[in-house]
Order: sequence, then C-alpha cells, then structure tokens
Amino acid sequence: MNPSVDALRATFGSAIGRAQEACGDTIVTVGSANLLEIMRWLRDTPGQRHDYLVDITAVEYRDRERPLEVVYFLRSLERKADLRVKVELDPSGELTVDSVTPLWAGANWLEREVYDMFGIVFAGHPDLRRILMWETYAEGYPLRKDFPLRGRFSRAEQVRQALNANPEAHYSIEELSIAEAYDELPPDMRERLRRGQRGTVPESE
Amino acid sequence: MSKRTIDFELATPGLGAGGAPTRVPLAAGPAGEGQEHDLGGEHLLINLGPQHPATHGVLRLVVELDGETVVRVIPHVGYLHSGFEKLGEYRHYNQIIPLTDRTDYLSPMANNVGMAMAAEKLMGIEITPRCKVLRVIACEMSRIISHMVWLGTTSIDLGAFTPFLWAFQERERIYNLQEMWTGARLTTSLTRVGGLMADVPDGFVEGLRQFTQTYPNTLNEIDRVLTRNAVWAGRTQGIGVLTADEAINYSLSGPMLRASGVPWDMRKDQPYLDYETYDFDVPVGEHGDVYDRYLMRLEECHQSNRILQQTLDRLPDGPVNVDDPRVILPPKSRAMSDMEAMIFHFKQVMEGVKAPVGEAYVGIENPKGELGNYFVSDGSAKPVRWRIRPPSFINLAAISKMAEGHLLSDLIAINASVDIVMGEVDR
Repeated sequence: MNPSVDALRATFGSAIGRAQEACGDTIVTVGSANLLEIMRWLRDTPGQRHDYLVDITAVEYRDRERPLEVVYFLRSLERKADLRVKVELDPSGELTVDSVTPLWAGANWLEREVYDMFGIVFAGHPDLRRILMWETYAEGYPLRKDFPLRGRFSRAEQVRQALNANPEAHYSIEELSIAEAYDELPPDMRERLRRGQRGTVPESE
Repeated sequence: MSKRTIDFELATPGLGAGGAPTRVPLAAGPAGEGQEHDLGGEHLLINLGPQHPATHGVLRLVVELDGETVVRVIPHVGYLHSGFEKLGEYRHYNQIIPLTDRTDYLSPMANNVGMAMAAEKLMGIEITPRCKVLRVIACEMSRIISHMVWLGTTSIDLGAFTPFLWAFQERERIYNLQEMWTGARLTTSLTRVGGLMADVPDGFVEGLRQFTQTYPNTLNEIDRVLTRNAVWAGRTQGIGVLTADEAINYSLSGPMLRASGVPWDMRKDQPYLDYETYDFDVPVGEHGDVYDRYLMRLEECHQSNRILQQTLDRLPDGPVNVDDPRVILPPKSRAMSDMEAMIFHFKQVMEGVKAPVGEAYVGIENPKGELGNYFVSDGSAKPVRWRIRPPSFINLAAISKMAEGHLLSDLIAINASVDIVMGEVDR
C-alpha cells in the first residue's frame, strides 16, 4: 500500500476513509469536511509533496444507491508518485464540496466542468459557472445518470430555444459589469446585471 | 457609401425584440450626446472569435483593452461540445475508439493508443511486443503531424508564410503513411483493445524510413528561417511568461510545462510502451515564454524522428493482437467456417468485451500534453464513466494569466503557443 495512506491516517485519523488498490493505483476516500486541509497537507508536507493536480472529475454509478464521487488525481513530481483522492457525496443530499482553487489555480476550469456536467457545487470557487454548456442551458447536468442521452427536451424544443435565444445573453455577468463601468449597457441588460441573473430560457412567442 | 460598411454594421449587432438590429452594447462609444469623451481612460471590450482564424477553432475570447494593452481575457469554450464522455457510457470499449479520433483530431492515432491502454489496464491485458513498437510508431507519427500543424499555423499567425508550406508538406507525407496503414487520414481508429486494427502494410516500413531520413532537413530549414529571425524572436521572446511554479500550479502539461523549466515527460518519468528502452532526450526550456515553447516543439520533432528510426530498427515479427478470443475478433475466414470462432465473434459483437469491476487511469504524453483516459467499470461491457483528461483544455485555462498586460497582437501569439484543438477542449 502507498505510504501516503498510512501517513494520512496518522495525521487525520477518522477523516480518512477506506483505501484501496485498483490496477496498481492507490485510491483513498476522505471525508468532505476537511478536504481542503487534507489537500493542503498532501501538497505541502515534505515527503508527500503532491504538488501537481492532474485532474478533477466526478463519477456517478448506475447503482443509484452508491454515492457520487468527486475524484482528485494528485501527483508528486519529485517522487513520481500518484495518488487518487475521492470524496463521496450523498446523491439525495446537498452536492457541495470545498473548492481546491486556493491550492491549485488549474482547478478552476476543472471544477467548473464538474459543476457543469454533474451539478456539484464547489464552495469557495471564484467563478463557478457553466463552461462547456451555455449559461442559459436548462436541461440539467448532462453526465448525471438520470439525464437521457438525447437530452431532456425534444429536438423541436431545442431548436425553438436556439432560434429564440438572445445572442446578447451570452455575455457573462462579469463582462456585463465591465461594460457597465463604462456606461455602455442598455437598460434591460443593466437590469439583468442588477438582479445578478445569468440569463433566462427564452419563452415562446 | 460602400456596401462593405453596411454589411459590417448589420453583422455585429444582435436582434432586438422587434426584430430590429440593436447595437452591441460592449463596443465603445460616446457616453452621452454632446459630451466630450476622454479616450485615455476608456476601455474597450472586443470579441475575438468564435469564428476567427487566429483562435485556432471555435474559441471565443472576450478581451478588455486599454488602448492596445490587454487588461482582461475571459475565454468562452464549449462551442464544439459533443458529449463524447456521455456517449462513451453507452458504447462498448471498442466502439469508443472512433470517438477518440474526434477529440484531438490532429493526433488521432495517439488518442487511440491512450484509450486502448486504459481499457487494457482495466482488463489486465498485456499486449504483444510487435504491437508495443507499432503503437510507439503511431504515437510519434502523431506527435510530428501535430507539431507540424502547430508550427505552420503559429508561423502564419505571426506573419511567416513559408514555414507553413514546408510544415504542411511534411505533415502530408505522414498522412500518406497513416492512410496506407489505417485507410483514413484523420479518423484513423487504429487501435483495438488488446491490439491493433491492422498490422502495417507492405512498403510502410520503407516509406517511414525514407521519411525519417529526409524529415530533419525540413526541420533544419524551419530552424534557419525562424529561430534566429529578428521578427520571430521579437514577437515571441518574453511573451506569455509562466514560471515553473506557476506552470505546476496551473496543471500545465507537455511542451507548455517543459518550456517553463519543469522536466516532466510521461515517456521518461512514468514510462509506458517501453519508452524507457528508447534513446531520446526531452528538451526543457528556461524562460517559459512563447519562444521557448516553439523551441520545445521543434526539438521534440527531432527527438520523435530519432525514436521512429529506432522503432524501425527493432520492429519485431509476430502477431499484433493478443491471443485471447474473448477480446480479439477471430479472422473473418475462421468466423465463417469454424463454429467456435463464430460464437466468439457473435458474443463480442453483440455483448462486447466485459471489463472487471474497478477503475483505471492511464496518462500518456500526447503532443499537446498529458492525455489521460479514466475508466470506471461496474463489470458490464460498457464503462460507467469515461473521462478524458484533455491536455489542451487545461493548458488553455492559463491563457488569462499569460496574456494580461501584453498587447493584443501578443495575445494571438500566446493563444497560438498553447496549441489548442477545440475538438479536445470541448469534447
């Protein structure tokens, strides 16, 4: 077993869940409560130095009883060792986990993608909005198992929404606020900005 | 006066509620009627892309400019999102391979290899020696075509046309070899779980050997035209600098990471496909700017050529596929004549190859960076989750950090130096 796991257990005790080997890789499950603390320890402790974040993703199993997993792939460039850290989330509860963007700037887009695809909220993320799907996308979270392969809306509904979409709704709140600073916004968009609204699904005529 | 002006006026705004064109609000203009406008303090928001040749695909950058200086870059991606990861959950492992062609479509064969290796790791399959060498050939050929496209398009972005023609000529020669081997130039679908779609045809080895002999000449020509060219150096040196710590913090990989001085290459540091037995060097930069990224990729082409020469010298005889009827389809002639072979054929086509419960991650050194394939299996023939770690998506995330404070024209150079392929960024 990977020595990092024993060191983690010695430091964090019961916050560390089960550890397993899968195809030669070590996977350790940790509690979501002290995720940030554990990650910081894994990154900064001499002898661990998992300073490189390879990837963040999430897994939902076909078995609805199993929890959702947020998976962090860590690597120590010095020791050339990998460690996979998982956080389990109860699908019936709140899907929230602390963001690791304070530790790795590269986590920014990766967490946005997980939010976009699974609806998992990363608390403390500086800019948590959809990344691959557009802001007004209203069909849900595509990589969840209850999301049908062809999407929730019919093709006709998808076409109708695309044709009725306001191209200006594709400006993010951040961009609107930049324009607002220079008195460039028309009233309706200024109103949208004031409400902090991310854009709406166009209604049919 | 001229038609052109009118087109431009109509093309930029969106349509209002009444169907009448409205002014795009983010363009700069006088704040009020009759007011004297202070141009010095005014910032301008412009849209770069999604339909713009210099963004290398459907990337949209909203750029806030102070004069010509970039104050802020807000990238928007997702215009090419195809849901490959979702599609993969509905397909057998071998049916996923065509999807990998279409992610990073400038190095399809390397993507095929990466995906097949992850599935093999999950299933515990050890591939044959000949297959290993052929897969190395596939990976290095992909590296050369990907870097040649990068070099050509980047030199065009920065105003040099000739290297583009030379680079695409070389790419064409690799594409011919690729077509000879797989029958396709872009959508190769080369690998299968446990082996390859086909062995290399007659004449392939000679063709590749001839390529490796003349290819360095082109590289040297490009080197002579660009490396000490004052315009090229002026446009690229000191632009988009990332330090080693920043590069690690942003999870960069591939030439982007190494240009910043971090000597990490999956082929050397976590070897796969027996890369540790090949004699090659990994170039490492020191400045982390666009120029160093160019030098990295140019040198990597030389090194790939070296690896290709070594593979040709050592290519062993033997089968390309593992001898396991549960994984590899029997030859058509046997499936038509032999009962047992026909049953295996039927079961594989109808039920697919079942993977044991578990999960596997394989990262390989793709031209763009570390391509990861992560499979989670619940014991059925279709994965529960297929995740691609997209190197250019993660590298692109650092563009705001790199570009802010530079000139708008440098943003083009920086964006080019990331080497993105939107098929992979958006997947």
